[in-house]
Order: sequence, then structure tokens, then C-alpha cells
Amino acid sequence: MAIRTFIEAIRDTLASEMRRDPTTILLGEDVGKKGGVFLATDGLWAEFGDDRVIDTPLTESMIVGASIGAAMNGLRPIAEIQFADFIFPAFNQILSEAARMRYRSNNGFGVPMTIRAPYGGGVHGALYHSQSVEAFFTHIPGLKVVVPSTPYDARGLLRSSIRDDDPVLFFEHKKMYRSVRGDVPDTDYTVPLGRAAITRPGSHVTVVAYGLMAHYALEAADVVAEEGISVEVVDLRTLRPLDKDTLLTSVKKTGKCLVVYEDNRFGGYGAEICAIVADEAFDFLDGPVSRVAGPDVPAVPYNHVLEDWFMVNPTKIADGIRTLAAY
Amino acid sequence: MSGVPRSDLAASVGLEDADLLGMYRTIAAARAVDERMWILNRAGRIPFVISGQGHEGAQVAIAWPLERKKDWIAPFYRSIGTCLTFGMTAQDILMAQYAKAADPSSGGRQMPGHYGNAENNLVSLSSPVATQILHAVGIALAAKIRKTGQVAMCSMGEGSSNQGDVHEALNFAGIHKLPFIFVVENNGYAISVPSERELALPDVAMRASGYGIPGVIVDGSDVLACYSAAKEAVDRARRGEGSTLIEAKVIRLTAHSSDDQQTKYRSAEELAGMAAKDALPRFRAQLRDAGVLDEATEARIAAEIKAEVDAATDHCEAEPDPDPATAMRWVFAEDWPSESPPPWGFGPGGGSHDGPGGAR
Repeated sequence: MAIRTFIEAIRDTLASEMRRDPTTILLGEDVGKKGGVFLATDGLWAEFGDDRVIDTPLTESMIVGASIGAAMNGLRPIAEIQFADFIFPAFNQILSEAARMRYRSNNGFGVPMTIRAPYGGGVHGALYHSQSVEAFFTHIPGLKVVVPSTPYDARGLLRSSIRDDDPVLFFEHKKMYRSVRGDVPDTDYTVPLGRAAITRPGSHVTVVAYGLMAHYALEAADVVAEEGISVEVVDLRTLRPLDKDTLLTSVKKTGKCLVVYEDNRFGGYGAEICAIVADEAFDFLDGPVSRVAGPDVPAVPYNHVLEDWFMVNPTKIADGIRTLAAY
Repeated sequence: MSGVPRSDLAASVGLEDADLLGMYRTIAAARAVDERMWILNRAGRIPFVISGQGHEGAQVAIAWPLERKKDWIAPFYRSIGTCLTFGMTAQDILMAQYAKAADPSSGGRQMPGHYGNAENNLVSLSSPVATQILHAVGIALAAKIRKTGQVAMCSMGEGSSNQGDVHEALNFAGIHKLPFIFVVENNGYAISVPSERELALPDVAMRASGYGIPGVIVDGSDVLACYSAAKEAVDRARRGEGSTLIEAKVIRLTAHSSDDQQTKYRSAEELAGMAAKDALPRFRAQLRDAGVLDEATEARIAAEIKAEVDAATDHCEAEPDPDPATAMRWVFAEDWPSESPPPWGFGPGGGSHDGPGGAR
């Protein structure tokens, strides 16, 4: 067992998977000599060389589109989009091509490809280096969407993603890269896709979160515990396929559900969680299915006062819990 | 030497007479399948047709030097000749028109024209145009990394060639000298918009220099010129010398699709003049003049093709439609119990026979 930062867990996993499977390649902008703008791929070019660690031109559609082709011809590409905010030029390749390839060819072709992208705010990244983009992709059948919150899960889920036979989007909250540490065993463990985790058991309110918000939910739970409110935290870990069983079992136990996400509130991923809970746990609810989410402005503004206003934090989550618990 | 007599024509391009007859047969078969599609559409048997008539000579000749089941092609919606050359059959093509359960392109999930076939290394195609060029480039990248000796080809029209994906693909292919061939079948129209309103330069091939690769223009009605250009590009790619852009100037003999009325934007004179540029009669005459094709052989080939297309039509008519119970399969490699079926289950039209979204 070793203590690793979130980004070290990702880097170690990329290296170990590339050692394990010679068909894996890594491609993206600055992933080579520089090792990525966050250093997530630092050292990999030196170890695996030009053929397997490819610095691409600034062409996100190509990064994804060529990965799809390479995946069809025997490789297992791991593509890095430098910031999730820059993924949109590749949106058509992800939506129209990667996600539909297996379905539209009636299982003739599959696309075993992982797309990694740093997402999220709170790092002075402003409108175009802070976005949460998961809702665009969780909407699309044919994609798996993973958002780990701990180094342990990052390692286990990245392994599962790379080894999966279908396209996986793997979103890493950039604020967690160096601020979150945890135990990461040196074993070849995996965390299966599509399984949530109860990261704190409780009885009064279920808080559903993922990524950085999974940490903030735990902090908020500590705060309200002193006031006598017992919070159960569900860290979804994989957004799609969704672990409905863990979600609904928790909500049926507590009778109250608060969904937390950093993205804009309207039409965000958490809205679907709310709809599922309202549909499938209605008889167990004794309060409105509620949300704490980012405000509906186009993106996170740069100035620190504005950024703090935008960001969901433990205080805002604790307020949401108190309001819901009062029902 | 094999001892089989060889015409000067075949020798001039390094092929045997049998190759020339094979090409001719494939071009004629592509035309016959295509004509059958229109008849079936007008007879109300199939809802939609998108055609390759006028492109077949270039398609067959350019795909000819590739190695089947080794090399790859990412085709486009007019690629009937390409697909037939690369291993699909007339029946495979017609199964896509009928969208039957056993349609090898998509199991009836895609519109006609979206050909693809894993068995023959023909990449499944979507409808947003030009996306497939990146798949072919990625296939070529994998070929280079894995040292398989494969070549990847992608074809599309000149209208599609304006998409950003084409720029991104050719730039990357140029940087890495990938074993890749980009075929532009320039028929002068993007549906209704003539090429002078689509292209800032008269030839797409002129763009090749911007990517450090050769750009070759061929007359799409000259089958053997198309073959020679493709052969050189394949050899070049195989030798590790990189990519080639081939622009074949072809004609569009039909409307864009069965839903298009081309007389609205093409003059009667223009339409009447096209037959003179059709590769099929031109190649037939060339083979006759060279002594490769005699009357008896021509009649035999025509009869074989007709029998094949008739049999394929009958087969497709009798094949079952896909079962709605299969409609949620192959979203992923494995089933996902968390994704539930709709409340109306899997009955046709949701238990009633109103069709999807029918009156409720």
C-alpha cells in the first residue's frame, strides 16, 4: 500500500497498463516529451517511445477520429483531450462515430478506446478551462462515462476503462490532481465500471455526488452531523451505466435525496438522477428530490470573487442538506 | 510468364486480361444493382435510394490494387462499386436497401447507402460526411505501428472534402507518412451546389501540396488510368513513402437520391451530355477494341449479372425484418441490465400496430 496523489495514481496506471498491453497507445497534445500540461503522462514517452506516445497537432477531432480507426485495426488507444473544455471539436466523432459504431454495425465493429480529459473549476481556469462536460456525454447511449474521486478509484476505474471493449470517457477533476491523496495498492486490482460506492453511511438524507463534489459532500456531511443530521453519501464513480441499485437502495432507506453537481443546474447530469429517484422511489420519499448545482451562467467566470460565487462548496451543500432535512 | 495470352491493353497496365474482365464485370454489376435499386424504389418496395451511377468505373479501378481482407477501405454512400470490389456481393448491397435482419452492413439499422462490413475490412459509415477519413487514417496509423503492411483508403465526394476532418486527417497522415490513400470522387455537385460554389480552387487535388503528399487527378471515365493511379499510390504506401490524394473526375448520372429532383438545378443539355463521359460504355468499347471482350463473353457476363441481381432481389424480399426484441442489443459489447426497455416492451409499434410513436 502506498500513498499517492490523484494524478500519480493516473500516471502509474497509464504506465502499468501500457507495460501490460503492447496494443495500448497514448495520443494527445503535449503528451510526449512534456508529459502533458498537468504531467499526467510524464515519463511515458521516455519509456514507450514515439510509436506509443504520440504528440498530436492541435486537432481534437483527429485525436478521437484516428483513435477510433486505430481501435478498429487492433490497437487500444488512450486519447487525452488537454482540457475537457476543448473536447467539442471532437464531439461529432464521439457522438456520431465512437458511440454508435457497435450499434450501427450490428456488432461488426467495436471501439475499445478511452478518452481522458481534465474537467472542473475552482482553479482560476475561467470559462474555457473549468467546465464540467459530463452531461453532454452521459446523454449518449453507447458511451461509458467515469468520474473517479479518489486515487484508489482512479487507478481501478482507469484500468477497467482501458480494458473495456467500448468507448469510455474518463473525466478527472483537475483540482484533485495534487490536492487529493490516498492509499493505492500495488496489486492489479480493478474497480468495475457501473458501480457506485457508499462513502459515508447515514440515515436521514442521501447525498449523491461524484468527482470533486463527492469530497465536498463528505465535508458537508461532517458539518451537519454536529447538528444531528445523519447523511449518507453515494459516490457514483461511473455516471453511465448508472448503478441504480445502490442509488435507490440508499434513497429508499433515508427517504430524502439531494443531488450535487458542479455543472450548470439546468439539464445537468444530476437532473436525470432526480428524475430516476422521483420515478422509482416515489413511495419512499418524504421530501422533494433536490439539487445543489452550479448557477446557470455560461461558464465559470475568472475573477476569484465570481469564481467563488459560482462554485458549489461544502457550505452550499450543507445548506441544501439542512433545507431538505427540515421536511 | 503464365502462358495465358495477354492483350497489349492488359500488358500496358501490368495486368492480365482476366483482371480487365473482372473489373468490367464488377463495374457492370455495380450499375445493374444500382438500377435495380431505383426500380425497387419506384415500385414502392424500398423507401430510399442513394446512387453510385457514374462513379463505378473509378470506384472499381481504384479499389482494385488493394488486397482484400488485408487492406482497409472507409467508403461513402455512393461506394457500391468499391464495396463490390472489396468483397461484398450484390445481395449484400440489396440487403442494405431492404434493411433486413441479416443485412451485413447494419442488420437493418442504417439507411441504405451506409455500407460497412467487418469481414471485408469495409468500415461502417455514418451520415455526417467525411468523418470516415479519420477512421481510415487511424487504421493506417495502427498499420504503421503494428507493422502489418496494410494500406487504408478512404473515399468521398468533393462536397464532403471541404469538412474540417479532411484537413485534420491529411495533416496527420502527412506528418507521419501513413500508408493512406484519400480518394475524392468529384462529380461536380454537393447535392445541388456546383463545385465552383464549393471549392476555392478548381481541383481538390491541388490541396495535397499543403500536406506534403502527391495530389493526382484522373479522368474517372478512364478505368485503366484510375487503376494505374491507384496502383502507384498503393505501392507508394506499401513502401512506407506515405499518403496520396487521388481525385477522380466522375459524373453523377442520377439525382442525388430518390428524394431529389435534379432537373431543378441541372440543365437538360448537361444531363443529356453525360452519357458520353460514362465509364461503363467507354471501358466496354475499350475492351472490345483490344480484343479482350467479345460478343459472347459480353452476353454471358450480362446474363450472369442479371441472374445474380434477380436472385438477390428474390432473396431479400423473402428475408425477415429485424425483431424489435433485438433493438437494444449491441449498444455495448455486453448487455446492460441498468438500461431498461421502454414501457411498451418490444412488440411492433408498441403493442398496437401504429408504428413508433403511433397514436396513443
